[in-house]
Amino acid sequence: MHAYLIQSVNLFAAVLLLLSFAMLSQRRILTLIHLFTLQGATLVAATVVVAYLTDQHHLYYSAAITLVTKVIVIPTLLHRLIDKLNVKWDVETLINIPTTMLIGILLVVFAFNLALPIAKLSSSIVHSTLGIALACVLLSFMMMITRAKAVPQVIGFLSMENGLFFAATAATYGMPMVVEFGIAFDVLVGMFILGVFMFQIREQFDSLDISHLEKLKED
Amino acid sequence: MENLLLVLAIPLLGGCVLALCGHRDYASDVNVGVSLGTLIAAGLLTARVIDGGPLLVLDDQFFVDPLNVFLIALTAFVGFTTAVFSRPYMRLERDRGKMTPGRMRLYHSMYQMFNFTMLVALSTNNMGILWVSMEAATLTTVLLVSVYRTAASLEAAWKYFILCGVGIAQALFGTILLYLAADKVIGSGGGALLWTHLDAVKGQLEPNVMALAFVFLLLGYGTKVGLVPVHNWLPDAHAEGPTPISAVLSGLLLNVALYAVLRCKVLTDGALASHLAGNLMIGFGLLSVVAAAFFLSRQKDVKRMFAYSSIEHMGLMTFAFGLGGPIANFAGLLHMTVHSLIKSAIFFAVGHATQSAGTQLMDKIRGLIKVNPMVGWGLLLGTLAILGMPPFGVFASEFLILTTAMRDLPWATPFLLLALGVAFASIFSRVQEMVFGDTDLKPLEHPPALLPVFAHLGLGLMLGLYIPPYLVDWYQQAAKMIGG
Repeated sequence: MHAYLIQSVNLFAAVLLLLSFAMLSQRRILTLIHLFTLQGATLVAATVVVAYLTDQHHLYYSAAITLVTKVIVIPTLLHRLIDKLNVKWDVETLINIPTTMLIGILLVVFAFNLALPIAKLSSSIVHSTLGIALACVLLSFMMMITRAKAVPQVIGFLSMENGLFFAATAATYGMPMVVEFGIAFDVLVGMFILGVFMFQIREQFDSLDISHLEKLKED
Repeated sequence: MENLLLVLAIPLLGGCVLALCGHRDYASDVNVGVSLGTLIAAGLLTARVIDGGPLLVLDDQFFVDPLNVFLIALTAFVGFTTAVFSRPYMRLERDRGKMTPGRMRLYHSMYQMFNFTMLVALSTNNMGILWVSMEAATLTTVLLVSVYRTAASLEAAWKYFILCGVGIAQALFGTILLYLAADKVIGSGGGALLWTHLDAVKGQLEPNVMALAFVFLLLGYGTKVGLVPVHNWLPDAHAEGPTPISAVLSGLLLNVALYAVLRCKVLTDGALASHLAGNLMIGFGLLSVVAAAFFLSRQKDVKRMFAYSSIEHMGLMTFAFGLGGPIANFAGLLHMTVHSLIKSAIFFAVGHATQSAGTQLMDKIRGLIKVNPMVGWGLLLGTLAILGMPPFGVFASEFLILTTAMRDLPWATPFLLLALGVAFASIFSRVQEMVFGDTDLKPLEHPPALLPVFAHLGLGLMLGLYIPPYLVDWYQQAAKMIGG
């Protein structure tokens, strides 16, 4: 039983990584939000299993916070946002998906190498997933760089937060409770502000294309 | 403990009250009052810490020692003077139709909230809460940067949000690694992220993890310090937001971010036998000083130019703390103080100057000394002070930093001198044209707030001529805390 549960955490970690790749190559905004929700749900499942395995009660709370923010509130907000902004069916043109994927694979290799020495030091039973968590962070980072529209950039940002949460769970069974609350609060407020912001951008430029936001260059 | 609670509660409550009444005419007076209350509370707290030594309260969650109490006092002081400056400044912006009542409310409320987050960041003992409040400081100011809703300000705010968000995410990963290292030594109670606990066991923290954690923490908080190459948000956010916000960003937020780096450096130095943390800071600091000097020589917008000057000075401080040792640390702390005072004074003067010229382009601002003599003098003196002319305090701290660099790191000295020279030539020639020369500008409708400008310059001058013994003592204690 125990061994199966540990394996299931590894499975969830693998799913997280797959979802990160899927988001990297996904062109439709609506599907992107679905993928993000799924990623949040996987994170919750992984956290619950780790909590059960290690008997760390505060991890249940942490999972609950993630469930509420990343699976329920933020996706709802995102759905509403794209509804109101009328970008629900937007399809972004991504150049060079194969190249992006290849670079993504290199990032994963890099993340695994970076995490290997640290993971060895961790006493956590799921320390081997730290590499995956770091890979998710780097992939989300890359997603933010390659996207030209505001909403996918924000989703990349949020997905990076998911990766960080998973890293905390994998390496140290989560951060102290007060810190987790603080982080969740920051993410929610940040999401709210970004929502306000997108309306401002749209009002100003009639589009959510970030390429409009490249006027302030050094001359 | 009551003192500390007051320091935190006053701006928090003030922010809530102003969220309700921030659009009224008296809101700017309330804003000044709240900031004055914070300043008084901070003064009492400082007196208490000087008399009774470090303070550790609320289950060790808050911690005040000589290092952060001087920053708390400085933050409360500049917060107050900026509120005084923003009174006539924002009134004029409102009269000119740039600020609607709703935006005034947002501005006043977020101004206090911003002060609150910085004070929490400074006084917390928990490295996780430090991260949370640094992120919250970004969140409170991002809507202020875009408050004018122009295309440029929206772009600046978006960059500010995304770049600082990504940067600070690196710091979160660093914090997780720090927790991982601490977990093994302290155990997974609540205490493993408390700085005082970490400081007590820093020698036993796993060096490899700590080295990696510091790299992430330096990159993360360094983004907010404005270190090159992660500085891109800074000039935009300074140039496009309202001037009082530029003043507090430059004068306070950058300091708070550097403070976070310093706290991490102390732990890393303790865990590592090598000088890795210091070397990294020397590298980033030197790069920032040199790059910023050349960037600022090409600016046309006055606020952008002084924003690059902030990057240069933050780089210089980072460099000084990287060198370490009693003299460099002392100089770094002194530089933090005087830069914060003088740079905010410059932004106050620049704010009035741009308002009377109606533009931020330096080519269009001329003859300030004829239109608004005191604003002109304030800008000229402030510029001389920030460029390191004696007898102002910046001269003293830069002199100390340079002499230490000559002794410990001779190859870096020419770079520093070159950068300071370039900055001097480019800033001084521009400011001279703005202050003197013919003009057809009209005086301001409201009397400008000159008291903050000259109060800051006076303090900067005093620190250059004579540092009171208790202040010296205080700096030395703080320098010792960061490994002097």
